[in-house]
Amino acid sequence: MSTASVKLPNWINYGLMPLLNLAVAFVISGLVVWLIGEDPFEAVSLMLEGALGNGEGIGFTLYYATSFIFTGLSVAVAFHAGLFNIGSEGQAYVGGLGAALAALALDHYVPWYVTMPVAVAAAALFGAAWAFIPAWMQAKRGSHIVITTIMFNFIGAALMVYLLVNVLIVPGKMAPETRTFLEGGQLPKLDWLMALFGMKLGPAPFNVSFIIALVAAFLVWVLIWRTKLGYEMRTLGISPSAAIYAGVPYVRTVIIAMLISGGLAGMMALNPVMGASARLQVEFVGGAGFVGIAVSLMGRSHPVGIVLAAILFGMLYQGGNWVSFEMPNITRDMIVVIQGLVILFAGALEFMFRPAIVKIYTRLAGA
Amino acid sequence: MVDVPAIELIGIDKRFGLVHANKAIDLRVGKGSIHGIIGENGAGKSTLMSILYGFYQADSGEIRVDGKPIHIRDSQAAIAAGIGMVHQHFMLVENFTVLENIMLGAEGGALLRGGVSRVRSELKRLEETYGLEVEPDAVIEELPVGLQQRVEILKALYRGAEILILDEPTGVLTPAEADHLFRILAQLRDQGKTVIFITHKLREIMAVTDTVSVMRRGEMVATVKTAETSVEELAELMVGRRVLLRVEKGPSAPGDVLLSVRNLTVKDNRGVVMVDNVSFDVRAGEITGIAGVAGNGQSELLEAIAGIRKPVSGEIFVNGQSLAKADPAYLREIGLAHIPEDRHHMGLVLPFEEYENAALGYHRDPVYGKGPFLDLDAMRDDAKAKIEKYDIRPPDCRLKTANFSGGNQQKIVCAREIERDPKVLIIGQPTRGVDIGAIEFIHKRIIDMRDSGKAVLLVSVELDEIRALADRVLVMFAGHVVGETVPNADEKTLGLMMAGIAA
Repeated sequence: MSTASVKLPNWINYGLMPLLNLAVAFVISGLVVWLIGEDPFEAVSLMLEGALGNGEGIGFTLYYATSFIFTGLSVAVAFHAGLFNIGSEGQAYVGGLGAALAALALDHYVPWYVTMPVAVAAAALFGAAWAFIPAWMQAKRGSHIVITTIMFNFIGAALMVYLLVNVLIVPGKMAPETRTFLEGGQLPKLDWLMALFGMKLGPAPFNVSFIIALVAAFLVWVLIWRTKLGYEMRTLGISPSAAIYAGVPYVRTVIIAMLISGGLAGMMALNPVMGASARLQVEFVGGAGFVGIAVSLMGRSHPVGIVLAAILFGMLYQGGNWVSFEMPNITRDMIVVIQGLVILFAGALEFMFRPAIVKIYTRLAGA
Repeated sequence: MVDVPAIELIGIDKRFGLVHANKAIDLRVGKGSIHGIIGENGAGKSTLMSILYGFYQADSGEIRVDGKPIHIRDSQAAIAAGIGMVHQHFMLVENFTVLENIMLGAEGGALLRGGVSRVRSELKRLEETYGLEVEPDAVIEELPVGLQQRVEILKALYRGAEILILDEPTGVLTPAEADHLFRILAQLRDQGKTVIFITHKLREIMAVTDTVSVMRRGEMVATVKTAETSVEELAELMVGRRVLLRVEKGPSAPGDVLLSVRNLTVKDNRGVVMVDNVSFDVRAGEITGIAGVAGNGQSELLEAIAGIRKPVSGEIFVNGQSLAKADPAYLREIGLAHIPEDRHHMGLVLPFEEYENAALGYHRDPVYGKGPFLDLDAMRDDAKAKIEKYDIRPPDCRLKTANFSGGNQQKIVCAREIERDPKVLIIGQPTRGVDIGAIEFIHKRIIDMRDSGKAVLLVSVELDEIRALADRVLVMFAGHVVGETVPNADEKTLGLMMAGIAA
């Protein structure tokens, strides 16, 4: 018997089910914590304290969330066009090159608000360029986008290491990174925003890219639901045969969707490169591209959902750091396990409880 | 008849979520009879049979076979109870032989040797008893569909079926093959088997059944002796009101040639030539019908004309203009509208809201928004106007398209394509899976298009539909147009042409 066709109200689809999945992930994580001999309730309270306890914690949480919003949007845009872009990680990495080049070129001469639009454009352009080749191969040759984007993550990583070690490195230094950008190449912190709520940001790198991310989320919403291109992307994503019937140009739509997706991933680099460390470093993406897949799944590919899911994952990251700091038994790797469980339940097993919920719902609705 | 019925259903009830598919169904099928079940699409016929065959479990109710209540958990249990099913889409392994297919799932051991000889001798016996000749060593894909269907029947009989369920068995057959099938069914009945025959074609019910049950909206509304009823009465029972089976249609007034196909050759995705050097014209103010058994190249022909499938060679002209590299978007611009054969696959994006589908393909038109943006209010107003004009139910342009019934979905497609006022309208299977009420409506719209001077190309595997609508009829067989005839040519001539025996 199939329950897939039953329509559930939105508060169940978008409220109850994600919460239930999250709760189960936490219960199982709690069991894991308990198994290694720690108090799960203390771990949870530490996690919440670390993520939301003070201005600095919130600042870090939102800093991580910013990166995840960009990569989540990147995955979502491609997903709406029926493409599974696993390459946000690499696109963000290469996007960092664009942001860094803009900052290095302009920071001596102009203030940050002049550098910023150039850097946004450059990061997006570099990220998009890195998505273009897989997109073109998918559109023209039918090479599977999942495979090619994964491969391009590796190529991108190798390329960036080469550039940082051999080209962009500061002569005489050991660390494979660019010089530190001057103030004209840095994105300012949002301490004033925290101050509005009477909190201190402290050393947390919460910066202007958060606002850029929110603007990007709004623009993605406009693109998907208010433009003809978005309409064509959704048609292609849901029914390729109907898209052909409707005269949606396949090659063009696939390539444009991937360029936008790659551009959004590239813009993620603004946050760590120009907002936090003020220089381009090896491995600065740190898995945010892959977290974007989970964020997009959990946010149901909707910008509002993505922002919320990104904040949740930001809390997990920051809270997790705090827990591993306070409870040495729970190592960094344990935190990764917990994050993995959340991804598993929120993403892969998204619909696990659906049949049961449908049954309860129809019984209640029928009665 | 006093003896126990072969099958008795008592109070079968089934819900899918909020949809009540079967409402307290009672049904008695007499032993050794052919029992027809007729009803519109979505009336609950298939659900009921799926319950009987163990695909679904009824929420409540009882099934009795030969008077004994049984619980049918899955299709294995159904087979054990002597129930066999011949599916609408054959469940055969295409590159296996007849014998291998019949043996599949009933090999009787890890080694095949014993099974093979047992199947062979059993096949011989079945052949002799029921007149079901098939070559046991023939490969399935080389057999015509009529014979493939016979293999399905043999499969069920080999598994000891006493009760055979046939789900829409004639959809893929020529009239002659269908007649042959009916003779086989009669023979099975005479040998004491029970046959349940599901269809939505009234003609077949009259031709073959002893008793007929009519379903409507999940309910069993009547069971009557076939000899004591008429097509008109059954149609009325199915729809719940009187229906016009014939479309009112005046004489045609053919004008200029608007669509012209010259030496067109088209291959399908596997690279097989499906349309072979076909030429014909369609004139303004005329409905040209293409008849033929499904799978003889009609689908590929339509797709080529609609710009969806690239022809291998040949030319298509719309209004005298050659369409060398036309894509569907361009074709719409120059006034060629296409109601596709398969609305689920092509004509609609089912998860979209209704208003989004009401603009599919025309979404770039400035009336739906300036520049790159969509004007949702304009789209919804337009959708509402079409809903009103085509009586699409429920009248809610924000409802997901998947939640409309087949007939209403088809009306959404028709409204979209017809309301653009195209010069040329090409239509595939306009009423497949559409209830009778909507068929009447859609047929009228197609005639209206003709009367307002449009060129209409109609492809349908429903011979009745072609005969009712077309002004002239081309018959396709194996990729060729094998002949042209008038719509009121006698059925035998048409049937022979459809079978490739040129007239």
